[in-house]
Amino acid sequence: MLAVQVKAEAEILPLISSKRLFIFECLGCRDVHYPVEKAAEFMDSLKEEIVGKATLDYLCHREFVHEYVKAYAGEIERAQVILVFSCGVGAQVVSSLLEDRIVYTCCDTLYLNGFQGLTAKEFNCDQCGECYLNYTGGLCPVALCSKNLLNGPCGGSQAGKCEVDPDMPCVWQQIFDRLAKLGQLHTLERLGTPKNWNVSPASSAPEKRLP
Amino acid sequence: MKTRSNLERVLESGQFAVTGELGPPRSADAEVIRKKAKILKGHVDAFNITDGQTAVVRMASWAAAIIGKEEGLEPIVQMTCRDRNRIALQMDVLGIAALGINNMLCLTGDHQKFGNHPAARGVYDLDSIQLVRMVKDMRDEKKFQCGDEMAVEPRLFIGAAENPFADPFEFRVTRLAKKVEAGADFIQTQIIYNVDKFAEWMKGVRDRGLHERVKILAGVAPIKSMGAARYMKTKVPGMDVPDSVIERLQGVTKEQVSREGIKLCVDIINQVRQIEGVAGIHLMAIEWEEVVPEIVEAAGLLPRPKIAP
Repeated sequence: MLAVQVKAEAEILPLISSKRLFIFECLGCRDVHYPVEKAAEFMDSLKEEIVGKATLDYLCHREFVHEYVKAYAGEIERAQVILVFSCGVGAQVVSSLLEDRIVYTCCDTLYLNGFQGLTAKEFNCDQCGECYLNYTGGLCPVALCSKNLLNGPCGGSQAGKCEVDPDMPCVWQQIFDRLAKLGQLHTLERLGTPKNWNVSPASSAPEKRLP
Repeated sequence: MKTRSNLERVLESGQFAVTGELGPPRSADAEVIRKKAKILKGHVDAFNITDGQTAVVRMASWAAAIIGKEEGLEPIVQMTCRDRNRIALQMDVLGIAALGINNMLCLTGDHQKFGNHPAARGVYDLDSIQLVRMVKDMRDEKKFQCGDEMAVEPRLFIGAAENPFADPFEFRVTRLAKKVEAGADFIQTQIIYNVDKFAEWMKGVRDRGLHERVKILAGVAPIKSMGAARYMKTKVPGMDVPDSVIERLQGVTKEQVSREGIKLCVDIINQVRQIEGVAGIHLMAIEWEEVVPEIVEAAGLLPRPKIAP
């Protein structure tokens, strides 16, 4: 996990209303920054049934998380929504392991000078401060779309590839496929409003952004 | 009427609209624009001025638009998000409206990688859909994107593009719906060579009633040579050139290819005109503007309507 803050309730509650939940919480980077109490408060305040919870270090470690997914298979099966308290990498790892399950992240990942996590991982998180994964099936257009588009693929998406680099998949095609699989294509009807880019690297002192 | 746009008047009158396209020069030569504008005059209801298409540096869209306007044409200023953040976009929106320009086409823009400055930093602060909404809020709510209010609003007829041939195909109607929801008044499509696929897309558009909420102009373009046809088929992302088009052009002598390309364009105009919900055409004869009058005439679209403001 990188440095995160817990999202506003108003963003999460409408997504999970009356659903049975399974929670992944990552404590891997707590020595750097993780709002342990705020996260606990948020979880305690939920009225929804929590069928299980896995707390672990390093949700960014995919093979390791895969073992947890297997160990908690029964609880995960019973849950309707998987909630993740982690950075954008952790949320993407869980989404990638549970492609047919709805996974939402409860955190925004913040940029912290000099801190890029512990090792290079297969998933990108730009630490942009406004996590978008809840609208994209757990795949990040901020990090992976050549034009950082927030409203679906441009006219250059063809045969699953990005026009900018034929070796690169079009992340919006992947998002479309994932949402189709989840029966959540209506999510793409939502108008993505202009993003606040001022919480990304070029911004002012990082400590001001840490809650 | 939302604006003083001639294009809006033609479309609102229910007549089949024709827009053209003019690419500004890669120099400070105003004469190039005057020459092209004189050819288009009287044959189109309005003409797009591209904004650094394919990410190559050219004269600014708004500046070329003013030169064309002096020749009596109605410009549609194209504006991309590639080179401007929301601050610059809004300043340009105010500027073009103050200069008496009535139409604007909102685009994300071709990626800088394809142009002559591939090392440039792309901006993409907004995308085309967010740009449409921002301009609509400026016009209809007199509000900047930040929420601040303005005294005099930019009265622009707002356009956007859509490509029925890009993937995923199932999303292409949704994307149009988002542009309509954001506030687009008219849509110009990617160049159509695959009429069947376009018709299929239009069916999806009608199923959602979008053709009643936005004016759709079908994109068409004459093919000048075999090389151009093959290039579009294999090298241009988001283009769909069926084998039947290549075969038709191969069926004539080399000298006759450009003639056949013009005939093909007229045929496609006649076909898309029959499709319910198509409100006009957008004719893109880039660097071949001299054939526009002939094509418009052959398609039976002359004279262009004159509707007083």
